[in-house]
Amino acid sequence: MRPSASRTAAPVAFEHAARPALADAGTRAAVLDATTEIRARRSSVVRDTPDWDDLRRAGEAIRTDSLHRLDELLVGLERSVRQAGGEVHWARDALEANEIVTGLVRSTGEREVVKVKSLTTDEIRLNEALAEAGIIAVETDLAELIVQLAGERPSHLLVPSLHHDRHAIAEVLREALGTPELEADSVALAAAARAHLRAAFLRARVAISGANFAVAETGTVCVVESEGNGRMCTTLPETLITVMGIEKVVAEWGDLAVLLRLLPRSATGERMNPYTSLWSGVRTGDGPSAFHLVLLDAGRTRALADPEGRPALRCIRCSACVNVCPVYRQTGGHAYPTVYAGPIGAILQPQLAGERGPAASLPYASSLCGACADVCPVGIDIPRILVHERAKVVRRTRPGLEGRALRLLAGAFSSTERYERAQRTARALQRPALRDERLRWLPGPLAGWGRSRTLPGVAEQTFREWWETRDDGA
Amino acid sequence: MTTAREEVLARIRAALTDVVPTEGRRGDETGRSLAPAAVLELFVERLEETGASVLRPEVAVAGVGDALARHGACRIVVAPDLDAGLLPPAEEVVVDHGLRPAELDALDGAVTTCAAACADTGTIAFDGGPGQGRRAITLVPDLHVCVVRAEQVVETVPELFARLEASAREGRPIVLVSGPSATSDIGFERVEGVHGPRRLVVVLVG
Repeated sequence: MRPSASRTAAPVAFEHAARPALADAGTRAAVLDATTEIRARRSSVVRDTPDWDDLRRAGEAIRTDSLHRLDELLVGLERSVRQAGGEVHWARDALEANEIVTGLVRSTGEREVVKVKSLTTDEIRLNEALAEAGIIAVETDLAELIVQLAGERPSHLLVPSLHHDRHAIAEVLREALGTPELEADSVALAAAARAHLRAAFLRARVAISGANFAVAETGTVCVVESEGNGRMCTTLPETLITVMGIEKVVAEWGDLAVLLRLLPRSATGERMNPYTSLWSGVRTGDGPSAFHLVLLDAGRTRALADPEGRPALRCIRCSACVNVCPVYRQTGGHAYPTVYAGPIGAILQPQLAGERGPAASLPYASSLCGACADVCPVGIDIPRILVHERAKVVRRTRPGLEGRALRLLAGAFSSTERYERAQRTARALQRPALRDERLRWLPGPLAGWGRSRTLPGVAEQTFREWWETRDDGA
Repeated sequence: MTTAREEVLARIRAALTDVVPTEGRRGDETGRSLAPAAVLELFVERLEETGASVLRPEVAVAGVGDALARHGACRIVVAPDLDAGLLPPAEEVVVDHGLRPAELDALDGAVTTCAAACADTGTIAFDGGPGQGRRAITLVPDLHVCVVRAEQVVETVPELFARLEASAREGRPIVLVSGPSATSDIGFERVEGVHGPRRLVVVLVG
């Protein structure tokens, strides 16, 4: 396993982790195959949705409205959930959320919890916090289970084990489940996961989930999934704890009718995912008897405070932008130092985590091609925010050699006289490097950049010089 | 010391000082375009695409019997308020009065009704209403046979949510089911049958 894939290793900045990732041909093939497949499915179902553009605009409006009324909606959600018999907790940061959840699990006396795949709990490293408290978290989503068993970090928002093909998945399951005869066949692998987790579901008394959405007016929490592990976790145990980023709230029940048309089409290329669970607090005689909703800030209000960066919080975590990103498709998710990989991660993570640390360079992990913005179901202009985030990086770094050189260049371009003087100087200085009118090497700090590029030299005679000397009468 | 709640809300309010309240356009159009018969045709087509099987018998009980026989299901769980007329007489029926998960796991299948259905996405919706039972009974056993009446089928997702709105407001848990359980986690290849029922049969009547 590459260090950047390990769950326990310290995160490495993209520019360093990308190199070994690019050298890993097997993983690259798996990522390219899987993303190619899902892109085709998404475009086919989107072509088949005649009102797609209206739908996207409606989704954008709903999510924008949610963010603009976030305080009002969260207070409303809290009221609705409490009225329905649930409890609501607020967490300023990851540490506080982990303390709340650990305390809630402890108070049940249980030492094992089942978990629905949740990016938010991956983001706050809840499993690690639970482990420190002696509580085992059993991941129940197939892909999340595979990365958990392999000791890896998730590499994709929707399918955390996307970097593994079925042979690698079979290898992980054979080892972990002690079934050496397990075949690398998708149906057999799914059946193995079913058999392995069934006992855990039947004995579970506490479950932890994330939330795709929550509706302020009805207190409805929504979990979207395919396998049935989400239904198992939100239905069978006695206690259900849901950790939700504060930005996931929407105002009205009817908003779900828009978002649940956008999300599955964008995520898995299905018109609708197999299972969507919607619940409000607790219901006597059906499902958990205790429900806790933990509302998490952890940097979201920081992103909210920046009007240019704010639209990133509209994200509904479909991963369509990830699947079309030419950078992600080559490096895979483990090159990104954080849970949120791909274009959305590159704009979200630096805002959530602040401007230091390994996520700081993520806005540069993009060619700004714009494919992400084309597919985003809630109209996030990702390239625009990438540029905005890059500007932040530039503003907070003191001008280095490059900055000073550009400043000199700006000076040279600011008057004809200076420009021409610079041309004459360059012509004199370039001589040792010039061969066939091309610069074969560049001096000093530019040497590395010049090694793979061949620049034309400054011409012996510029157009203007020629114009001056040309024979007027001719 | 301020509480986390007060602090988070204060941060939000401070973050939004530039925002001018506007009425955003919301997508509540129903987008309905098909005649009733075409809606049912679409429903069947889309359900089958999800991997569910669809039976359209003259009377519901015949379809239920057929579905159970096809899948060799003998021990069936039902909600206490399921219309007894939906069940063929020969079946061994366990009425759910709060069966434990392990007890449900020992049964072959569940027979239920539904709250509403949506043609566009091949979705059936449950809200715990008459004949539907607790969420667990349609989850743990490996076969789910669901009786859907034609008048329960709407064309679009917004119409489906409109039908479910009263239940949501009452705080009833709602489950949307579009086909048998499945996963795309192995190279995005869709594989049917993970934790939820591996077989879903819809008996469409009327």
